[in-house]
Amino acid sequence: MTRYILRRILQALLVLLVMSFVIYSLIGLMPGDPLDIMLASNPGATPEVVEHLRKLYGLDQPLMLRYLRWLQDALVGQFGYSRTHSLPVLSVLVPALIQTCKLMIISFIASVILAFILGILAALKPGGILDGVISLFAFAGISVPVFWLALMMILVFAVKLHWFPASGIATVGDGGFRDQALHLVMPVITLALASTGGFTRYVRASMIEVLRMDHVRTARAKGAAEWRVVLVHAFRNALIPVVTIMALSFGVLFNGALLTETMFAQPGMGKMIYDAILGNDFNLALTGLLFATVVTLLSNLVADLAYGWLDPRIALT
Amino acid sequence: MSAPLLEVRGLRVGFPRAGGLRHVVAGIDYALSPGRTLGVVGESGCGKSMTALALMGLVPPPGRAEGSIRFDGRELIGQSAAEWRALRGNRIAMVFQEPMTALNPVMPVGAQIAEVQVLHKHLGWKEAGENAVAMLEAVGINSPRERARAYPHQLSGGMRQRAMIAMALACEPALLVADEPTTALDVTIQAQILDLMLELQDRIGMAIQFISHNLAVVSEIAHEIIVMYAGRIVERAPADALFANPRHPYTQGLIATLPDPEQRVARLPVIPGGVPDLDAGARGCRFADRCALADAGCRAAEPPAEEIAPGHFAACFKAAA
Repeated sequence: MTRYILRRILQALLVLLVMSFVIYSLIGLMPGDPLDIMLASNPGATPEVVEHLRKLYGLDQPLMLRYLRWLQDALVGQFGYSRTHSLPVLSVLVPALIQTCKLMIISFIASVILAFILGILAALKPGGILDGVISLFAFAGISVPVFWLALMMILVFAVKLHWFPASGIATVGDGGFRDQALHLVMPVITLALASTGGFTRYVRASMIEVLRMDHVRTARAKGAAEWRVVLVHAFRNALIPVVTIMALSFGVLFNGALLTETMFAQPGMGKMIYDAILGNDFNLALTGLLFATVVTLLSNLVADLAYGWLDPRIALT
Repeated sequence: MSAPLLEVRGLRVGFPRAGGLRHVVAGIDYALSPGRTLGVVGESGCGKSMTALALMGLVPPPGRAEGSIRFDGRELIGQSAAEWRALRGNRIAMVFQEPMTALNPVMPVGAQIAEVQVLHKHLGWKEAGENAVAMLEAVGINSPRERARAYPHQLSGGMRQRAMIAMALACEPALLVADEPTTALDVTIQAQILDLMLELQDRIGMAIQFISHNLAVVSEIAHEIIVMYAGRIVERAPADALFANPRHPYTQGLIATLPDPEQRVARLPVIPGGVPDLDAGARGCRFADRCALADAGCRAAEPPAEEIAPGHFAACFKAAA
């Protein structure tokens, strides 16, 4: 088991190395470089100055060489400076990462719990009224675009009802726990609803399949109560495929987080990376994308570990 | 003969379809006394498994059982879900055909056995777990303590079926319903499982309703045999009498299809045709289309079960002749 995890971490590091090169090259291929933007705000710069700056930043070197220099620094934790924030990359990135993780983890837990409840209820009587209502809800959840949902939430709960603040992470001058929590409610609900629909359908399908199995009939033949048959015998089996899908899609939440953060003006990773790319902030964009990769790789590892833990028939070696 | 433990009267199991119910079990009567074994034989789709599920109150919805099942002096048809649960696994237990799929794959075998006693005897898991180890030993599993911790996929087919039997007998039921318990096993294991069931029957004194499509297997274990065809009992007789003197043409056909190890034949005999559509045969004998003896009378009315010898019933106009 320990060997398995170690091997997986080594594999993840390898993937990370490859990804860093791919991302570096892609950013290098983008039209324009940081100097173009600097010059746009300072039209008086002479060609000599430009040449000097180009040398200073190493932008005259070939891409491969630049990448190797960057890698050398990155391996010892030097990710350079953010051009747009004039700060070390990590001191911009870490707060954003924490903010995004807060949003993602709370949304993820909320949508998983909601999906389990709805999916099981729907599976109890496939084709019944409850199943119809839940399936409609799930389908709506899959179809509704996140940005539209966010706008509607703001319109209804912030503008009309004044229940929650429309944007930001805290009120200036307050910032207490309650204030921060209130600011999180709408982003969390928006992001959670975006994945609840899909999750619910997976839970429902898996439960329907398991409830048809012979061992469920055996559990009934033992005289187990219906709740026990469903929640102990069937649910544990239905979890196996569902948990894998859920853990794998944790990485996908990053996409949703980008939209949600933009709509609710949350200073998270998604918005940070977006701004960094638009502002030609190479270092910040590159490091941000790498951290996003790490989150995805981690969620894949967790998915596999959960699979082995839930299903005794799988031995992780 | 002692008073019957189980008395089934006019049992029908119907599934809704356009314009009414489709009866896969179409009115059957039989009785079973404590400590006795009843064999139920018939080909796939004859209603024998549905009869078993009706005894457990587990007819899959939207199907429903009608008629009368008296068990230990109580009427089972129409009792509440809670009454069924108190009975299932406790007084009436069932062993299923597929030991591969009938056990929960993510639960250790010992816990699955212990659960029965936790549910019915209200024991703690620890005590029930100890009893489960003893049960595994009683069904002939070596190193039962380790096996109790194993998951079903870690056991062989024979061991899984033994574990199923241990589970069914955990509360020493009065009636064990075994639905093709040996069909999925290879022949040597089949014999071991049959021996085990007979041995445990002696010890616990339970009645067994043993369902199989295999007449040879049933003949080894049953005192009395009922032969089902298309939802009806076509013949009911003590086991020896049935073999010595089968009266219904279908039973005769079944016995004729048994391979005789003494005799090599190029082709085993078969009964021509297939089980009729249960909707179609509303009139006349359900076997008429496959029967060499059938005449106009057979197609006009359904033959009633006649007692042609003491304890030997056959539902055939030609049987008495």
